[in-house]
Amino acid sequence: MRKTSQHNPEDRNIRLYEALFKLVLKGAGVVMVTLLLALLITILWQSWPSIREYGIHFYTGRKWDPVFKDYSALPFIIGTLATTLLSLMIAVPIAISLAIFSGFYVKSGFLASAIRTLVDLLAGIPSVIYGFWGLFVLVPVIRKLELAIGIVPYGVGILTSSLILAIMIIPYAASIGRDVISMVPTELKEAGLALGATPFEVVTQVVLPYAKSGLLSGVLLSFGRSIGETMAVTMVIGNANFIPGSIFDPANTLSSVIANEFAEATDPLYISNLVHLGLILFVTTTIIGFLGRMVIRRWNVNQ
Amino acid sequence: MNKHILEIDRLNVSIGDDKIIRDISMAFSRKKVTAIMGPSGCGKTTLVRCINRMHELIPNTVVTGSIALYRKNIYEMNPIMVRREIGMVFQRPNPFPTMSIYDNVIAGYLLNGIKLTRSEKDTLVESSLSKAGLWNEVKDALHRRGAFLSGGQQQRLCIARALAMKPRVLLLDEPTSALDPKSTAHIEDLISELKETVTIIMVTHNIGQASRVSDFTAFLYMGELVEYGTTEKLFTVPDDKRTEEYLSRKFG
Repeated sequence: MRKTSQHNPEDRNIRLYEALFKLVLKGAGVVMVTLLLALLITILWQSWPSIREYGIHFYTGRKWDPVFKDYSALPFIIGTLATTLLSLMIAVPIAISLAIFSGFYVKSGFLASAIRTLVDLLAGIPSVIYGFWGLFVLVPVIRKLELAIGIVPYGVGILTSSLILAIMIIPYAASIGRDVISMVPTELKEAGLALGATPFEVVTQVVLPYAKSGLLSGVLLSFGRSIGETMAVTMVIGNANFIPGSIFDPANTLSSVIANEFAEATDPLYISNLVHLGLILFVTTTIIGFLGRMVIRRWNVNQ
Repeated sequence: MNKHILEIDRLNVSIGDDKIIRDISMAFSRKKVTAIMGPSGCGKTTLVRCINRMHELIPNTVVTGSIALYRKNIYEMNPIMVRREIGMVFQRPNPFPTMSIYDNVIAGYLLNGIKLTRSEKDTLVESSLSKAGLWNEVKDALHRRGAFLSGGQQQRLCIARALAMKPRVLLLDEPTSALDPKSTAHIEDLISELKETVTIIMVTHNIGQASRVSDFTAFLYMGELVEYGTTEKLFTVPDDKRTEEYLSRKFG
């Protein structure tokens, strides 16, 4: 009889547990928001000397020269945009093809599970390994390519970094895309096929429109990974602090320059300038994440 | 003139090790409604899916025998052409949620990349929706997405979408099983009107529905065609004991 009384909703203990449980959940939320605010405040605080000293010049200057104390983020903003966009341009078509293949055409069997395992395996490799692979394999290949087309054979640079980034983000975009595509209701695919559409027509006109908001969130997550990736990029981008003239030039991204120079920065203003770069990265990713969410909500068919 | 539009000859279907359809031969009359009824799992859905080759989507399905549309074996035709000639409406209404009502009606043309002029589209949309008894309800909202329609309206939209392809045969796979009684009655009336223009084969597990709307009825049990004849005869003086027991709701 004791057992049944424990399940009585009028029991005071149960209400207490409910209240405690809710409190723990709410607490977790509060901690997250506090951490985010604390992070933002710290970064703002630390970058304040740089903001005060350089102001708009930090965004319009053309050089980052610690020796002459001439600091501008522009080369790195351009480097970041170039590597990120180029890597997405390479990765997204491949990732979506993979997602369609394993989410629509071959959903079960040996090939499907092999692809699934490999994709998930790729997603788990630490980025420093990708960096090594890039240095030992990709850089010589790009160098040969540059020799063949008759330009300075750096080997390292924006293209090399973008390729490494693309390889790193394909698994993310592909596995999210696969899940989104395989969740398209069977009834809709059947409806398309029953109207005499080919599988290709069903994919392009039924499956992809239905899945586009989910696919976009996969792309967005890849974008976030790509824009913030530090280790692998630092290893293969060439670490040049000027505005790149082409995709074969060495450059630096916001995160790679921070990783590269933080250890040797002794001057407080130098450090503040590096934190200022971090602030730019932080604000950009937040804004893009926010805009992405808005588009995802608008595109969602099940609202 | 042959009054049979579709002839099934010694059809056997198995999925993996399960035999779903056992040696069924039957012919369907032009511009009539034929109901296929039977208890759950008797193979009725598989049978209609074989008629427009939708069974090919299920892996490990083995089919022997033939199905002829106007004496032409559909298994020797291009499945895409078969599906244009033989339309299908499913159990659960499945309009395309990303398309407007207008585009849903002409979805078969859009998907297949068949170009139509503006006026051809307008005529097709209006006539298909009118045939499906939906025109008056949606004519002012043609360019909105169909999400606000009721289940019954969505199902009629799916019927309009199938009719727009001008099929010779329309397969209805338990078209009212997900609908309320009022929408069901509406669809049943519609089926009786539609047989003026198209041959209808419908699957139902609702005995009353078979008796109300069909001209011919087939009773399937455990993958076998137990009895097939005019609805009147099958419901009043069935030949087979199992049919009689099913009709008096002793099983299924």
